[in-house]
Amino acid sequence: MSILVEQDVLQRVLGTALERGGEFAEVFVEDRTTSSAMLDQRRVEELSSGRDRGAGIRVVVGETTGFAHTADLSERGLLAAAQAASAVARQGGGGVREIKLGDLVDYPSPARTAPGDVAKSKKIELLLHADDVARSQGSSISQVQVALGDSTRNFVVANSDGVFAQDHQVRTRFNVSCVAVGDGGMQTGYRPIAGTRGFEILTPEAVAEAASGAARQAITKLDARPAPSGELPVVLAGGSGGILFHEACGHGLEADAIMKQASVYAGRVGQLVASPLVTLVDDGTVSGEWGYLAVDDEGRPGARNVLIENGVLTDYMWDYLRAHKQGRRSSGNGRRQSYQHLPMVRMTNTYLLEGESDADEIVAQTPRGVYVAQLGGGQVNTATGDFVFGMTAAFLIENGQITAPLRDCNLIGNGPDVLQRVDAVATDFSMMPGTCGKDGQSVPVGCGQATMRLSGVTIGGTAS
Amino acid sequence: MSELLAEAERILDLAKGSEQIELYLSRGVDTEVQAYQGAIEELSTASSAGIGIRVLRESAGGAQVGTAWAGSLDPSAIEDALREARDNVRFATEDEYVAFATPDGVAPATLQLTDPGVTSTPLDQKIAMAIELERIVRDGDPRIRQVEAANYSDYVAEAAIVSTLGVRASYERSGAYVSVEAIANDGGSDQTGWGLSAGRAPGDLDVQRAASDALTRATRMLGAVKPASMKCTAVFDPRSAATLLAIIGGSLSGEAVVRGRSFFANRIGESVAAPLFTLIDDPTDPRHFSASVYDGEGLACRRNVLIETGQLKAFVYDTVSARRAGTVSTGSAVRGGIGGSPSAGCRALQLVPGELDQAEIFARVGHGIFVESLTGVHSGVNPISGDFSVGITGLMIRDGQLCEPVREITVASTLQRMLLDITYVGGDVEWLPGNAAGQSLAIEGISVSGS
Repeated sequence: MSILVEQDVLQRVLGTALERGGEFAEVFVEDRTTSSAMLDQRRVEELSSGRDRGAGIRVVVGETTGFAHTADLSERGLLAAAQAASAVARQGGGGVREIKLGDLVDYPSPARTAPGDVAKSKKIELLLHADDVARSQGSSISQVQVALGDSTRNFVVANSDGVFAQDHQVRTRFNVSCVAVGDGGMQTGYRPIAGTRGFEILTPEAVAEAASGAARQAITKLDARPAPSGELPVVLAGGSGGILFHEACGHGLEADAIMKQASVYAGRVGQLVASPLVTLVDDGTVSGEWGYLAVDDEGRPGARNVLIENGVLTDYMWDYLRAHKQGRRSSGNGRRQSYQHLPMVRMTNTYLLEGESDADEIVAQTPRGVYVAQLGGGQVNTATGDFVFGMTAAFLIENGQITAPLRDCNLIGNGPDVLQRVDAVATDFSMMPGTCGKDGQSVPVGCGQATMRLSGVTIGGTAS
Repeated sequence: MSELLAEAERILDLAKGSEQIELYLSRGVDTEVQAYQGAIEELSTASSAGIGIRVLRESAGGAQVGTAWAGSLDPSAIEDALREARDNVRFATEDEYVAFATPDGVAPATLQLTDPGVTSTPLDQKIAMAIELERIVRDGDPRIRQVEAANYSDYVAEAAIVSTLGVRASYERSGAYVSVEAIANDGGSDQTGWGLSAGRAPGDLDVQRAASDALTRATRMLGAVKPASMKCTAVFDPRSAATLLAIIGGSLSGEAVVRGRSFFANRIGESVAAPLFTLIDDPTDPRHFSASVYDGEGLACRRNVLIETGQLKAFVYDTVSARRAGTVSTGSAVRGGIGGSPSAGCRALQLVPGELDQAEIFARVGHGIFVESLTGVHSGVNPISGDFSVGITGLMIRDGQLCEPVREITVASTLQRMLLDITYVGGDVEWLPGNAAGQSLAIEGISVSGS
């Protein structure tokens, strides 16, 4: 495969970006192809295809970053963007600098079946299959929506330190959403399948499992009662509970928040910040997971970084800019939504290592509490540590048994406090895909954990 | 005629035979400045352009649509997108309700939504505003420990929508914003406050007001505690109330209704809210930053009364959802940029204001909780079932006065219940970015979960 922009052009663009001064320049060239298909009420509503190509150029001068982007990938277009980005360099430099890039490091994609090699009719068969399976779960299913999306993101990143890397990120996603209608109104169910892989993840079996899971979740919730209001023990099922750590501490361990003293975890490396049962890892190398990356958007290879080990804070996550200021290396967490955005510190796949308890035993040893089978996203204020996350499938635990389904609500807690309250972790580890938003940029991330219990969390329901 | 509209018409000539084509072209420039510790931390300037193409073919069983988009107006990119859209058509289900908008004779409003000040103001002046905002907040109170970010941003965006059915629409809009996030500490836990000022050009911005907003919000939260769970009246501040209105607006989309995803379905004419609640979507009111002359299908935007004195009056429709519902478009197509197809949505929601200001509402409520920020709206509100549970920060109201700050709590009810339980609508309208203006809103019977 040919490179998006030739090496000698990239070198000249970097040299121009630094002509007015500055310590660092970077060119990020991206070519992204996406396609999507949606089925709603058994109608294939539309297929959509898109293509976005362009380059983002940044120049770092002291504490200041200048940035410009362009959809014009000709040398003239790139040079104009380089000059716009360099406008922040006001003291004047020594003219066009000579930049020498190293050999291109080209990373292969783990995808086996590229999206472009799949017939559109084949995609539609899968949508219909999901719809059939969902509707067969019960007559109360009134609405089924199935969406399939894939993207191929080829990019080249080159910088004035000589980094020169190319990656091909293929991602595939399939979502089933169902609505069930009963006497008490409507309820919803949702299941995603997603991976940094090709079409091979969408086997008929996987699709059927997602569809039946989404439908059963909606049907079960028809009998849901209002969730309790107040503090109770909470057991999080393996998988989506990882979002707890993403919100409760993940964002607070990103070095941009740390360096601005805008995180409750600033200055706490080496301290006990969590229950000794907590070992938390951010790991871009989990091949095929939704947050997998061979190389980050700054050309740094993805890495496995231990953030908390047996309750002790070991390190933060770093991108180029924040690491450079501290005289260390990036941890491979520099990510951006597209060429139109500046990179910043972002998570990849964030997970809690499994423990030694038995998942069923954890429930059996909880006299009264809430069992959360699926979480649906969250939000955190890194400065105060206060966070929320929503439960989209939950049940009451009474006398050590999972009993009545509960209506959707948010749980609320404070990061450092909740981390201390992890009192059991099981061995049934699994991961879930998610989309993480920060400062207006969205990136795919993975979250994972085994079944675990929090000794007490505030549940935002309405029942006393 | 705008240059972009002329370009759109040239591309429309590529239509072949009996196919229908709709094009959405957009182009924009934007500037963003982030100040930190008295200097520029980030400065970004960019221009972008793109096209969304929809192709429709009529057949015996109805019509089929295929779409494609490109992040550039380069002729070869447009050609590729058109080819893809044509290919995609073949796979859509034939559907008797699928159609493009046809001009409906409603005259477009005359609105001046672009202020030349965005382009004529020198960059240095914009940078100075961000730096000044940061300085005012940093020096504004000794308890301000950090200003995480002070930002200035602006844009000018234009769009053109044309179709082989005779739609010819083009419009332009500008916007400018400053915002700041402050962290306060007085020896205990950190608290944060966020301030904002919005306008159509830098000249509209009130840096002092954004600063004092952030200062007040951060410092008055100091010492916040987690209260015991209770049931009480919640008074939502204008910003939180605007978020609530936007959620309600989502369920008033005709698209959600015809898809069986709205709790308002089949309830036209019923009392769904307290009698003091009248909700209007009016993109032709230029006070809304989201005001627009045309909708996402190129029809004129218009004023739609959705809930009147508590009674459900109407939904907003685009062409396809209207046809499914057996009615006509209300000029309410919205689209999420070049890659998004039109769907029905509210653009500029506003409640008919009440008479009371915030202090008067506190006095009448007596005891309750004042909500000044919401978190977890996307995870805790289910617009289909109506379940509502969000994290909040705020202050207790006792004897009509604001008292101790509270945090790490949720407020919960159902959207259906909350609309009926509204007791006061404030007269303190605040025009905000996003698709809703806000004003103080008191709702009784809210479950507050704390310790």
